[in-house]
Amino acid sequence: MKSFIEYIASILKGLWTLLVGMKVTAKYFFTPWNHVTQQYPENRDSLVMFERFRGEVIMPHTENNEHLCTGCGICEINCPNGSIEIISKSILTPEGKKKRIIDQHIYHLGMCTLCNLCVKACPTGAIVMGQKFEHAVWDRALLTKVLNQPGSKIAEGVKE
Amino acid sequence: MAFNIYDFTTLTHSIHVGLAESFSPVVATTIEWVIVGVSYLLFVALFGLFLVYAERKVCAAFQQRLGPMRVGPWGLLQTIADFIKLLMKELIMPRKADWFLYNLAPFIVIIASFMAIAILPFAPGLQSFDFDIGIFYLTAVSSVGVIGILIAGWSSNNKYSLIGAMRSGAQILSYELSVSLSLLTMVIFAGSMQFSTIVEGQRDAWFIFSGHIPAMIAFIIFLIAGTAETNRGPFDLAEAESELVAGFHTEYSGVKFAMFFLAEYINLFIISAVAATVFLGGWMPLHFGNLESFNHVMDFIPPVVWFFGKVLFVIFVIMWFKWTFPRLRVDQILTLEWKYLLPINLVNILLMALVVLTKFHF
Ligand code: SF4
Ligand code: SF4
Repeated sequence: MKSFIEYIASILKGLWTLLVGMKVTAKYFFTPWNHVTQQYPENRDSLVMFERFRGEVIMPHTENNEHLCTGCGICEINCPNGSIEIISKSILTPEGKKKRIIDQHIYHLGMCTLCNLCVKACPTGAIVMGQKFEHAVWDRALLTKVLNQPGSKIAEGVKE
Repeated sequence: MAFNIYDFTTLTHSIHVGLAESFSPVVATTIEWVIVGVSYLLFVALFGLFLVYAERKVCAAFQQRLGPMRVGPWGLLQTIADFIKLLMKELIMPRKADWFLYNLAPFIVIIASFMAIAILPFAPGLQSFDFDIGIFYLTAVSSVGVIGILIAGWSSNNKYSLIGAMRSGAQILSYELSVSLSLLTMVIFAGSMQFSTIVEGQRDAWFIFSGHIPAMIAFIIFLIAGTAETNRGPFDLAEAESELVAGFHTEYSGVKFAMFFLAEYINLFIISAVAATVFLGGWMPLHFGNLESFNHVMDFIPPVVWFFGKVLFVIFVIMWFKWTFPRLRVDQILTLEWKYLLPINLVNILLMALVVLTKFHF
């Protein structure tokens, strides 16, 4: 008798769980305005990428053409596939001290896997992930970029 | 030519009379056969294309996607483009496959589907033949298709195909039982195996309402077992993409693959049409006992619309199953059939017999 009751209960429970599942999908079906598909080329003008989307590594500059990169090379060491090359140079500070600063932060977009490790490793937060994703070009050389803009310098007060 | 959307007998009759007047009886009969055959072919091809499109759209909506959108407005021409692509593909055959059986299998599958579709009543007068063991005939021919599947798996000389075909065989053998028994429940209730009588018997109330509890249980069992019979998800073990490449039709390409594909969708249509006919009243409009004006309004909608409306509803429910539930394992499939569906079914038949004996129905 006990096993018979268990048998009946298992049928009812099974039916119930199936109905719960069907309720979930029915909710998706009958709320078409929640669909996630983007009609990409058509909605190009209104398309907003998500905050966490990783499109490319960029180095933000202020309006005075200042960035936060010290040229320490930590990002270069952390990149698993050698997509970053740091070329630094020595300058003389007004106090007459020798100092190493960034000359060129070279970034090979064509090799980058967008793993985010360089961004996490950078001690000053100089580089971030940009959201541009239309990177197609006709010449591979165009994928090698210099992230620090010409004539830019490091912002005041960045701790090294 | 008299044309009446509510009853096609006048139309078919006038065609028959017209042909018989101008040709000798043999020629007239041959022409009628050709007309019937061509209209079934056209219907199956068009409805198959539509079902593939509908499946993709419904599946997309269940997964919060849009589905095909590029070919034609809302992707309406997508399946036609796919079909043309399939027709133009090269037919590749494995070197060590059994030539004869390999080429025979798709035809067996699709012929079985066509034989089953012939018995369905679409509307008054729109049924190609109607005889007193209709349901018996239907269950008989609908299980012929599995022979085609077994042959396809065996002759392809491919282990995935063979495993898929064997699974399909085990599954259809088991679930055929549930399909037949749940139909038998309704045959007890209707007192006939003839489709026209069954539909006629639902003039006042559809069997699912008038047969109340046992009819509803039979309907649920029929839906489950029918889904399994068509090899659709969650019972798509025979072509489990994640395990068996494509199951029994792994080695088929081009138009032969298209035949298997089409047969799958015709079978979906057949199962839904049988469910609609036996449980939901076929082409009968929705009638409630003595609500005269309501019944009159319902009568105004043509029977063809009623039939296809019900069929599409059942198809939608079966698609809903497919895109909600995960695939069952082989042992779970057999447990479900032999430990649950079969005993419930047998008890249900007894219950139905009691209901009929005591006249405890509407
Ligand atoms: S995102 Fe990864 S792969 Fe790309 S540059 Fe940074 S560390 Fe290298
Ligand atoms: S980007 Fe950051 S880690 Fe890379 S060199 Fe500049 S400061 Fe150092």
